[in-house]
Amino acid sequence: MSFPRILSSALALSLALMAGLAPRAEAQNGPLRIEITEGVIEPLPFAVPDFVAENGGASDYARNIARVIASDLAGTGLFREIPAEAHISRLSSFDAPVAYEDWKAINAQALITGAVSASGDRIVVKFRLFDVFSGQQMGEGLQFAGTPQSWRRMAHKVADAAYSRITGEGGYFDSRVVFVSESGPKNARAKRLAVMDYDGANVQYLTDSSSIVLAPRFSPSGDRILYTSYASGFPRITLMDVGSLAARSLAEQPGTMTFAPRFSPDGNRVVFSLERGGNSDLYMLDIGSGGLTQLTNAPSIETAPSFSPDGSQIVFESDRSGNQQLYIMSAGGGEARRISGGQGRYGTPVWSPRGDLIAFTKQNAGRFHIGVMRTDGSEERLLTASFLDEGPTWSPNGRVIMFTRETAGAGGEARLYSVDITGRNLRQVTTEGAASDPAWSPLLP
Amino acid sequence: MSFLPKAMLVVAALGLAACNNPDRFGAGGADGANGPGGINGGFVDTTGLGDPNDPTSIAYFNQRVGDRVLFAVDQHTLSPEARSVLSGQAQWLTSNPTYAVIIEGHADEQGTREYNLSLGARRAAAVQNFLISQGVPAGRMRTISYGKERPIEVCSDEACYAKNRRAVTVLSIGGGV
Repeated sequence: MSFPRILSSALALSLALMAGLAPRAEAQNGPLRIEITEGVIEPLPFAVPDFVAENGGASDYARNIARVIASDLAGTGLFREIPAEAHISRLSSFDAPVAYEDWKAINAQALITGAVSASGDRIVVKFRLFDVFSGQQMGEGLQFAGTPQSWRRMAHKVADAAYSRITGEGGYFDSRVVFVSESGPKNARAKRLAVMDYDGANVQYLTDSSSIVLAPRFSPSGDRILYTSYASGFPRITLMDVGSLAARSLAEQPGTMTFAPRFSPDGNRVVFSLERGGNSDLYMLDIGSGGLTQLTNAPSIETAPSFSPDGSQIVFESDRSGNQQLYIMSAGGGEARRISGGQGRYGTPVWSPRGDLIAFTKQNAGRFHIGVMRTDGSEERLLTASFLDEGPTWSPNGRVIMFTRETAGAGGEARLYSVDITGRNLRQVTTEGAASDPAWSPLLP
Repeated sequence: MSFLPKAMLVVAALGLAACNNPDRFGAGGADGANGPGGINGGFVDTTGLGDPNDPTSIAYFNQRVGDRVLFAVDQHTLSPEARSVLSGQAQWLTSNPTYAVIIEGHADEQGTREYNLSLGARRAAAVQNFLISQGVPAGRMRTISYGKERPIEVCSDEACYAKNRRAVTVLSIGGGV
């Protein structure tokens, strides 16, 4: 797909984003249509020359920040970097006029310029974004200040601002991912809770590998993590403070197993599964008061809950029909309506931050898929297929899904992958070793 | 006394220590006699396996009575073969009331993580309910599910999956759990 030159680059990209989503509606026929979307758009060419170092201590930051910005934007699949070797103009100072003709000549439709100054334990990053073919700056210049250790975050913030101005959508680069770091053989896997930047940088381990940890989730403000821990010898939902790493198990009920905890959007409650006598049902815990409410009461398996962004509803999986399917009920419990209706089994539903889509894991004919459907179950689309894909999590802007992909066999290993919600741009997220169960934080403040 | 070399017995007992003690289960294995022994640096209760020729020993229970039953894909109903093994377990547990029991439920890798935790719990409960029906006091038993976290066989074929879809009755010394 390409765009008439008369369109400004920003407009062209907005149209491209919409075009990527449009075909699913047009192709809909019959009660359920399933399609792995592989539409291709032409990525928008951009240039981000090394930022100007405004003093001696800033030169490494000036170069590295530009590299992280380029990696963020190119990593979306929506942008393509024009490499520095092709640049004609050299950036001498942040306030020098932009030589638009030089950037047009190499077809850089967007240009990001910036400068860094460093003094003591503080660096300041400034940037501007230009629409080259219309010869205009896009939005105002911005400035970020922080400690030298947070230079990557400042780069992500620049990339988020550029992404947001060009696409008209929120960004997602200045965010973190909590996940399970895996090591050891398949029959004695060691698991540790860890957090990293969305792009795999700055890994920090939160637990040692002495007990199994599963399926962590960030609180809505990113300051706490819920997960399932075997530290007591039995699976227990556990709440950790990210700052102090202090952890405590919640909702202790003798003779039960608790798992699959998720925060409410206000961060005050936890919806989770409690198993008693072999039967799993959903419960709600008020973290402050410890009050426990049973939400489902069925002999079937009810698990993997997820709140709607407004907190009014919960999507979950149940095998009450005979196999795993997706259901939505009020956040107070009660009647649930089934939303999944295709062939195969559906699990791990996660409500998108925009509220309009449910991401899920699907098993069908011996394969696993990550897919999305609307909240009424319509317009199901499968985004991936492999031996074992599971556990989707949404980027803060609802544009990208990260998930676990595990390979088969004795040497099978889990890794993290991300994919655009159009099904394009499938890529592995860089982690040092095997990794599973990612969960995205909100955009950092 | 057995004529087995003492060193071998010690090794076997160590190999089982972590397994017979899910309360302090660490990075090592689950799964009774077949799991890899874990060295987790923490406190470990050690229960001797004993001599498999001694009908009151854990070794006898694991090897002669049978410590595990297998399940069909995505099922937790007990097959006739499973009921036969569990009837033997119930008789043995009735005759050996000093042992406490933890029943581990497991699933194969063909399923999502949290669903498989629930499925493993169903399998463990099916075994527990059967043992109760055969007269084993409920107070001697606890269940735990490992979902798909602790396969004993590592290939990705039905030959391995069939052995991983299991419930294992793990013994330790002590009247209650």
